[in-house]
Amino acid sequence: MLKQYETVFIATPVLSEQQMKEAVAKYTKLITDNGGEVVSEENWGLRQLAYPIQHKTSGFYYLIQFKSEPTFVETLETQYFRDERIIRFLTVALDKNAVAYAEKRRENKKKAAAAPKEEPVQAPAEQPAEEENA
Amino acid sequence: MAQNDAQNGAIRYLNPPTVEVRKKKYCRFKKAGIKYVDYKDPEFLKKFLNEQGKILPRRITGTSLKFQRKVAQAVKRARSIALLPYVTDLLK
Repeated sequence: MLKQYETVFIATPVLSEQQMKEAVAKYTKLITDNGGEVVSEENWGLRQLAYPIQHKTSGFYYLIQFKSEPTFVETLETQYFRDERIIRFLTVALDKNAVAYAEKRRENKKKAAAAPKEEPVQAPAEQPAEEENA
Repeated sequence: MAQNDAQNGAIRYLNPPTVEVRKKKYCRFKKAGIKYVDYKDPEFLKKFLNEQGKILPRRITGTSLKFQRKVAQAVKRARSIALLPYVTDLLK
């Protein structure tokens, strides 16, 4: 029985873009090799950490949502522990509300990507017009 | 004149008496129909923290017990992946 999970990991900011891609590829491969399936991926890029971890104040965030057997999570986390590039990770099981939320979030992202900048410009222009009519 | 009022039984105040009308608190999750509290959105979670980054009690935010538990869980997850600080000053 496959269960849906999502995992966020923070990689060290010293990695190059190529190294980051390798790290991501390693974990997506690990998921698919163990009978799992990657539902979606999200790259948050370099972000400031809220507090220093291992004397680092920023890191590359990456989110992977996947389906797998519950036993796989342990193997994934062992790999995280062994990987020196990963400074922090979090794996969370998604319940049905969380899955619905994740899908909605993905749709919103898609919409935002499809129509960038157009919506925010139009929206403020419409609102004052309505106020004038009222 | 003052005597007349007293005789009429009407009580006059110099300042209009202040009647406390407290706004009823409500659970914003129940009202908005939110079912899942996302730990990946630190800006939203900051509404439930004080300036030191501590989780605010239900008696202040008005959140229902069910969602207070979920908020607490989400805040703790966000802290662990450094989206929110464990301890700080002047969060807002």
